[in-house]
Amino acid sequence: MTDALANSLAAAPVQSAPAARVRSYWGGVWQRLRYDYVTLFCIALIILIVLSAVFAPWLAPFDPYKSSMAHRLRPIGYRQFLLGTDEQGRDMLSRLLYGGRVSLLMGIVPVLLATLVGGMFGVVAGYYGRKVNMGIMRTMDIFFAFPSVLLAVAISGSLGGGITNQMLTLTVVLIPPICRVAETATSQVRNMDFVDAARATGASTTSILFTHVLINVMSPVLVYASTLVSISIILASGLSFLGLGVSPPTADWGLMLSTLRQSIYVQPLVSAIPGVAILVTSIAFNLVSDGLRQAMDVKA
Amino acid sequence: MWLYALRRIILTIPILFGVTVICFALVQIAPGDPIQNLLSPTASQADAERLRAAYGLDKPLPVQYVIWLGKVLVGDMGMSIANNTPVTGEVLRAFTNTIVIAMIAVVIAFILSTIFGVAAAYRSGGLVDKAITAVAVFGISVPTFWLGVILVIIFAVNLSWLPATGMGAGGSKGFDYLSWSDFRFAVMPIIALALPPLGIMTRTTRSSLSEILNQDFVQTLRAKGLSEFEVMVHAVRNIMPAAVAMLGLQLGYLIGGSVLVETVFTWPGTGYLLNKAILTRDIPLLQGTILVLATAFVLINLVVDLAQSLIDPRIKRS
Repeated sequence: MTDALANSLAAAPVQSAPAARVRSYWGGVWQRLRYDYVTLFCIALIILIVLSAVFAPWLAPFDPYKSSMAHRLRPIGYRQFLLGTDEQGRDMLSRLLYGGRVSLLMGIVPVLLATLVGGMFGVVAGYYGRKVNMGIMRTMDIFFAFPSVLLAVAISGSLGGGITNQMLTLTVVLIPPICRVAETATSQVRNMDFVDAARATGASTTSILFTHVLINVMSPVLVYASTLVSISIILASGLSFLGLGVSPPTADWGLMLSTLRQSIYVQPLVSAIPGVAILVTSIAFNLVSDGLRQAMDVKA
Repeated sequence: MWLYALRRIILTIPILFGVTVICFALVQIAPGDPIQNLLSPTASQADAERLRAAYGLDKPLPVQYVIWLGKVLVGDMGMSIANNTPVTGEVLRAFTNTIVIAMIAVVIAFILSTIFGVAAAYRSGGLVDKAITAVAVFGISVPTFWLGVILVIIFAVNLSWLPATGMGAGGSKGFDYLSWSDFRFAVMPIIALALPPLGIMTRTTRSSLSEILNQDFVQTLRAKGLSEFEVMVHAVRNIMPAAVAMLGLQLGYLIGGSVLVETVFTWPGTGYLLNKAILTRDIPLLQGTILVLATAFVLINLVVDLAQSLIDPRIKRS
């Protein structure tokens, strides 16, 4: 009888095992994301914006650079101009589609570059601590001495306009905050018991970094980096607004907003359109990063 | 505590040096001969040579830096190209205009964000939470310069409640923040400045509060019979050090980020000065303004860190 009881106890977990399916971390993230309709909608919106930017040459009804003196500053829905025309008579919809290319590029490329560089510095600084930490973080502190917009304006203002300079500027601006997030996360993880345990069992530094630290540091860094996409887009459009982005004939949301500012009294609605594009894109990226944050937070 | 304060102050000095290095480098990374960047285009060859000797631009870079730093330390940041006036005076005059509206904006944002954050975290996932989160996301996502333009359309063009731009007839001299006839010029810049930090601070307050509210000690507080309000006070006290740090950081961001808002409203602060410097490629003015703003930001952060260690005795840094 005692044997039967022991057997049933031993057998019980095996029997109930199929019910409690063990999910991987990313499987759990996906399970949570699946029912987050706001995030899913925003992901769809971003895909739509990206596709419309990529396929702009096929989607745009007009040549975005063809100006027309006869059709300057037409209202929304004027004849074939779905979103009206700008101060040089160019079709707004076409320019908006082409402008998305620059803005999206400015949102994504600098963030990727900065995540790689900043994340690496942050993990190294956080894990090794002491002098290495001091060296890296104090250097970053010098960049933290500049508010992001100011640093961007400073570098961009000295380098001059242009798409390469703008990208370089944004990458430099985004490295320090990512580095700090990675450093904070790493130094928290570093002091946890499981890392101590790994060290006690004789794991090498490289193996601890890759198997224990990086996994735990990755979610905060990735979530943080995803919030930077919209910041990067807004910073880039701000630089373009100040005349530090692409040069004038090229379509860019920030630059369009800047050149249309004089027409605010003539066509307020048309003048506001590029800003709406920036706002919608940046809200979409913000909400997606919010959703990711919630989905990736195991505690929630 | 005092040891920490002293350490923190001493650590600020190398950062300030780093700031001067970056500001010095700005002239170097600008395309073209530095001397052309420092001079007006109409200057003669003799002027150029005189300035080259005065700045020691024929000497190696580290020597140039020391000469430049020596001048900066006694308050000489060169001459503005556009106006041919000393940069120092121009920047400091503009700085007053910037810091005042930035401080008003950040205090408004701090108070509102604490209220919003508490309201949102209290019933996490509720309707209030959703509405407040929506406002916060808008605040974070909206480009300030576009918001400025929209504010002008609504309040200046359509409603004629507020003046669109500038600081009024008197300019910054004798501008009285306490009288409405002057202050109304500052209202729209303050709103445009306050919204992004409001969004960011609401979001951080909400998320750190709801994290605190899930902790065991909150359950203990409820179990021992404290009212919901008293529990909230405990929770809010827990996030205050982080919130104060955020406040300082945001103030700094506003000072630096004012360039866009001040450009839209032609508010005669440092941001407007920066825009002028960029348009006219006035590198000495750009360099001087950025040096002053970055120094201010460093000092604000120092004060915040010291205040934070006063509020939260747990803070111990390696």
